[in-house]
Amino acid sequence: MLGIGVTDIISIIFMAGGIFFMVTGAVGLIRLPDFYTRLHATGKCDTLGEVLLITGCMIFQGWSFVSVKLLFLIFFIFMANPVGTHAIMKAAYYTGLKPWKKGEERR
Amino acid sequence: MMKRSTVAIFIVMFVFWVLLSACINPLKGHYDHIRIVVGMICAAIATSVSRDLLITGKEDMTLRKTLRLLLYIPWELWQIVLANFDVAYRVLHPKMPIDPRIIEFDTTLRSDFALTTLANSITLTPGTITIDVEPERGRFLVHAIASKAADALLVDQTMQKKVAHVYMEEGGGE
Repeated sequence: MLGIGVTDIISIIFMAGGIFFMVTGAVGLIRLPDFYTRLHATGKCDTLGEVLLITGCMIFQGWSFVSVKLLFLIFFIFMANPVGTHAIMKAAYYTGLKPWKKGEERR
Repeated sequence: MMKRSTVAIFIVMFVFWVLLSACINPLKGHYDHIRIVVGMICAAIATSVSRDLLITGKEDMTLRKTLRLLLYIPWELWQIVLANFDVAYRVLHPKMPIDPRIIEFDTTLRSDFALTTLANSITLTPGTITIDVEPERGRFLVHAIASKAADALLVDQTMQKKVAHVYMEEGGGE
């Protein structure tokens, strides 16, 4: 009726999920108490959020070279994102930043 | 004589070029000859530069490991989805039920690929991020956001067993 096909609806669902996780990551960045726990929110939620957004774009685009390029993007995000999170965490840990414990005041 | 691994890298590089540049399109019968030749030259250069980095020469049974890795990836993706719902729950809950701690544990894994896979998997799965790895002893230093996430690595050890199974190392149930 409105000119929306099944693929459009599926891609909208994927993109909405991606946006939800990106927003959750941003909220976590503000709410969580210290550096390490904030990395949990950003490192995980951003990975799945970006991947869901790109998957939505792939389904919207259909079967073409553009969607193959987007698939490569997903692959590289999955390779690079955990490594980046780990590198930041390691740097913070060996610089001597003390992790927040339950019951302490937030920083 | 050229090694089989060199040829394999060249083919992978060239297929990558074709997919990114769209110079071969069988559906439309479109073949861009200049770009195909340029792609072959670039793939040859990339192969000669990166051959020593990609092939270390001490891996065996690569095909079997690759197949097992492909079976491991869907399980890992499901774990990532669970991880995100877990973090979303903790972040959006009014009381923020978090109890962060740093844990340490040993694994039986020794090869670079296995350690990298496990480290990346830990970072992506529920409530845990790898801080450091000691390759000699297979020791992992991990930051966990809650005690439940820490127990999954310390007590259940499902992930360690799965990675050991993929790379056919000790403790993989074989």
